[in-house]
Amino acid sequence: MKVIEVRNLRKSYPHHVAVEDVSFEVAEGEIFGILGPNGAGKTTTVECVAGLRVPDSGTVRVAGLDPHDDRDELRRVLGVQLQSAALPEKIKVWEALDLYASFYPHPADWEELMGRVGLREKRDTAFAKLSGGQRQRLSVALALVGRPRVAVLDELTTGLDPQARRDTWELVGQVRDSGVTIVLVTHFMEEAERLCDRLTLIDRGRVVATGTPAALVAQAGGEQRLRFRPSAPVDHALLLALPEVRSVTGGGEHLEVTGVGDLAPAVTLALAEHRIVPTDLRVEQATLDDAFLALTGRTLS
Amino acid sequence: MRKILAVETKLYLREWPVMLYTIVLPVGLLLILGSIPDMGRPDPALGGQRVTDTQLPAMMTLLAMLTLAFTVLPTVLTTYRERGVLRRMSTTPVHPARMLAGQLLINVAVGVVSTVLVVVLGRLVLGTAMPRQPVGFVLVFLLGTAALMAMGLVIASLATSGKAASGIGSVVMFPLMFVAGMWLPREVMPQALRVFSDYSVAGPFAQAMRATWAGGWPQPLHLVVMGAALLVFGWLAVRLFRWE
Repeated sequence: MKVIEVRNLRKSYPHHVAVEDVSFEVAEGEIFGILGPNGAGKTTTVECVAGLRVPDSGTVRVAGLDPHDDRDELRRVLGVQLQSAALPEKIKVWEALDLYASFYPHPADWEELMGRVGLREKRDTAFAKLSGGQRQRLSVALALVGRPRVAVLDELTTGLDPQARRDTWELVGQVRDSGVTIVLVTHFMEEAERLCDRLTLIDRGRVVATGTPAALVAQAGGEQRLRFRPSAPVDHALLLALPEVRSVTGGGEHLEVTGVGDLAPAVTLALAEHRIVPTDLRVEQATLDDAFLALTGRTLS
Repeated sequence: MRKILAVETKLYLREWPVMLYTIVLPVGLLLILGSIPDMGRPDPALGGQRVTDTQLPAMMTLLAMLTLAFTVLPTVLTTYRERGVLRRMSTTPVHPARMLAGQLLINVAVGVVSTVLVVVLGRLVLGTAMPRQPVGFVLVFLLGTAALMAMGLVIASLATSGKAASGIGSVVMFPLMFVAGMWLPREVMPQALRVFSDYSVAGPFAQAMRATWAGGWPQPLHLVVMGAALLVFGWLAVRLFRWE
């Protein structure tokens, strides 16, 4: 079932067009990613979804609601964690949760929520004294305290260290498992690949492609590459005969094989039949970065 | 709304140095300056009034209200906007206007505390009479405070950062204090300055407080100026205020 439907969204500011033409649908219960480089129009898109900006044209529906006309109703079903939205410096963790819970008619138990995001020990700590990761987790908790059906999380892990980032990813997974649909805005390819069920690639205000991470990689001709040192000379024709293999380059010392599908097992099996051992075997998977590059001619970062 | 008020009040009290400027400074100055013997003698320049009768207490009340309206309120609101506090709130079912209303109420409440202390301690320590026209005094206080707060909101609308807001606030505040008669009572001002003072909002506020303190009624002009300021700046604030 569709929870969010965006059609031909367009939004321009006085000096530039932020969103040219964006359409996508988000299904209930999935983690949907909006991936693109900085300035691609991701934040403007979700701001229109959240009813914070009025689109110039196009339609947006969230749980059947028009974000602009049904402003109040929308805010009860949609939780939003905005990029660069802070809290007063001296507000304590519990005060922020208690305050935001009071904004909703049927809020979650914020004590329990505080435990879920791992901030119970920080209950009485002022916002200014929290680490970046703790702030983001509080931010996620505030987006969830109204028990929304959909949560929009914008640039959740920007500026976090790798450990805090992984903790936050785990939290997002748990939130989805609790039944909340998540729209995740990010410019981190790795984050999108790891978390998203489906995603849309946006570049310069337009949708480049939409689908599962694997499908997007495949659509962009997602090739895998194997490199290894054969224990004995290999006849290229032997490998080229495999349906998975597209090309073979290199000679005695190093061999490079590109292809699709179950490339690595197919190649190693064929080599084994000829009693050749591939040493120093390395597999390079195509990534969303490669897909983005193939689709737009530019890299994500 | 009660929760917003409770949390905002707690946050306000955690910024306790603000209280030094809005309560301790005006009340302290009242008591210190009021204790200078000359201040307690009838002054022919004030038409036989003592400085401690109306001039000093009205000026200290004005000092508290100007500080609240021109530096405290705009700085807090601008900082909230700058940090995205208002923006985050606008994603919830409660409009950030509630936060703004809470801040206004708290600042008025602090102003009331400061004023009550000026009146009561003035009475107990300096022998200043309580306002002799209490109803008029309260009405003037509310009207003047509303006008100043509206001006403060316009500053909060124009400033792009908390620092800019407190800067603009101070730049506006000190000339207003001067023309209102902080250092030079209206009675001894040159005619040109007096005309200026009568249209400065802060001047009418101070003179209207003094008039009701002495038991009379304010000049109609002073009430009109404050009322007009409230309407004009209130309208401007509504037009200009940005939530993000």
